[in-house]
Amino acid sequence: MSDVSTPDPRQSRLFTASELLGYLVLAAVIFIVLPSVLDAFRLNLFGKYLSYAFVAIGLVLCWGVGGILSLGQGVFFGLGGYCMAMFLKLEASTPENTSIQSTPGIPDFMDWNQLTELPWWWVPFNSLTFTVVAIVVVPVILAFIIGFAMFTRRVGGVYFAIITQAIAAIATILIIGQQGFTGGVNGITDLRTLMGWDIRPDSAKTALYFVNGVLLFAVLFVAHMILKSKAGRLMIAIRDREDRVRFSGYNVANFKIFVFCAGAAFAAIGGAMFTLQVGFISPTLVGIVPSIYMVIFCAVGGRLSLLGAVYGALLVNWAQTTFSESFPELWLLAMGALFIAVVMAFPLGLAGLYDDYLKRHIDRLLAPVDRMMMRRAARKTSPKAPAPTAQAAE
Amino acid sequence: MVASTDYLLAVEGLTVSFDGFRAVDDLSFYVDKNEIRVIIGPNGAGKTTVLDLICGRTKATGGSVQFKNRELLKMREDQIVHAGVGRKFQTPSIYDDLTVFENLELSTPGSYTVFGALAFKRTGEVIARIEEIAEMIFLSDLLDQKAALLSHGQKQWLEIGMLLIQDPELLMLDEPVAGMSVAERKKTAELLNTITKGRSVLVVEHDMKFVEDIAHKVTVLHQGKILAEGSMDAVQADPKVIEVYLGH
Repeated sequence: MSDVSTPDPRQSRLFTASELLGYLVLAAVIFIVLPSVLDAFRLNLFGKYLSYAFVAIGLVLCWGVGGILSLGQGVFFGLGGYCMAMFLKLEASTPENTSIQSTPGIPDFMDWNQLTELPWWWVPFNSLTFTVVAIVVVPVILAFIIGFAMFTRRVGGVYFAIITQAIAAIATILIIGQQGFTGGVNGITDLRTLMGWDIRPDSAKTALYFVNGVLLFAVLFVAHMILKSKAGRLMIAIRDREDRVRFSGYNVANFKIFVFCAGAAFAAIGGAMFTLQVGFISPTLVGIVPSIYMVIFCAVGGRLSLLGAVYGALLVNWAQTTFSESFPELWLLAMGALFIAVVMAFPLGLAGLYDDYLKRHIDRLLAPVDRMMMRRAARKTSPKAPAPTAQAAE
Repeated sequence: MVASTDYLLAVEGLTVSFDGFRAVDDLSFYVDKNEIRVIIGPNGAGKTTVLDLICGRTKATGGSVQFKNRELLKMREDQIVHAGVGRKFQTPSIYDDLTVFENLELSTPGSYTVFGALAFKRTGEVIARIEEIAEMIFLSDLLDQKAALLSHGQKQWLEIGMLLIQDPELLMLDEPVAGMSVAERKKTAELLNTITKGRSVLVVEHDMKFVEDIAHKVTVLHQGKILAEGSMDAVQADPKVIEVYLGH
């Protein structure tokens, strides 16, 4: 049907030329520019910022594309972070290291709280494999339960936002209250090694920065695939007109649950990377305030753009560090002003500005590359390909 | 419960009350295969509510709606669609942020599950089918246009196209020509003539000229109850109908 020389623009492609360029630029920033201009301390800070970018990417899917505003993403970030921290804490709490405790071999905060043995649900976190699985699965199960309870009952919009915010508050209270099991308000601190590898020196932190970068790109790729699939277009349709989607034969709740779970999984991976790079996790990263910060990162970057979300997380956090070093008491006001400015003046954030002023020129420059990519994609799936077996072999 | 019937759609004793107000009150009617049925009546008679009840948008308080002898009242909206009932809304209900092509693509049956939608591939077959429908609804040249930019009439056509690609056995249309220009109205009548072939249609409409053109049988609703039912001529001659509706 479509001639190879005049490619069909409707042929679905994974990347357009300008999207590919966007990812390449981000890769250059994360893997080349930042490591070469920053010292180890600052690079580690940027690694921390990038761990928030995972949450912002999830929020692009949930909030920007799907219209589901969650003010409780800190819970999933925290769950990922706590799972990672539990493993690291157990590794740090060898009987030799804790010989001065009344019960050696359990984490120090448990000993301080008169616990005499490891709670049963801590035991599996002795295994790294279990921990890695739990980092993703535990938050996804929670997200599924919340999503199932809310979306099948058609709770949405501001009600959903308020409920997720309440969940964030409950999670903080629970963690602080159960001091003997969770480390309470101090969180889980004094983390040392990962399978014997010391995570505290600068060299380890730099290595973790790169691991974080690679994981970030893996998550970006998965999110990109979701957005490019029919499910991604359905999410936009659900945001636009939920009723019509139902009457086109889809069970809307399932799509919302899916995207909410995906957002939770991304946030949790970020949380685990936070723990590894920063060396602790505490309830201050779980509650309402950090959850709202995460929404601001996403809003500033642009809630419809995966790349925008990453830049938003980097920029706001960098501004926070710089600003609060000089004017600590003004920072909160500045953050509020920034959020209001974004919502009022440029609701699509940095990515929206890029789309309005730069994208046109870049697309024009890239047009020949884009056509070439389109032709290659068309050749792969063209009905001209002689036998279906040849296609399958590709 | 209702005994098995030959009707495509059997509505019996259908009732819904909102805070004690019975918007639809013990309503019964039957639609045959390939029949075009028009529901008319004054504002607030419950016409749109009847469509809402059948397609599951509003939950009934009582009664039964059997479609091909399957009870619809117990099903979710998407299950009712899968059973073969399609619904067009009064104000054009389309996806503004997507292109015309994407609007039609999402309405194409199949890959309804989350993982089905993730794995969905835009094949040549799907593209060809969408192009064919676009031709019928006069939107061939606008396939890559954002739906938000269409005119009111074009939006109505797009929604009709979205139903058409679903290929339902029962098509429910809520005021399909409302707000259209004369030229658009004429084109729409033609379009409806082609798409209603081979399926049953339930239409809510105010435009009496249009009703006359398409209706096989007319049901007149008044205050949630049936006032009259029969051919257009018989209904128009009915003194009760003239009193509450046509006389105005």
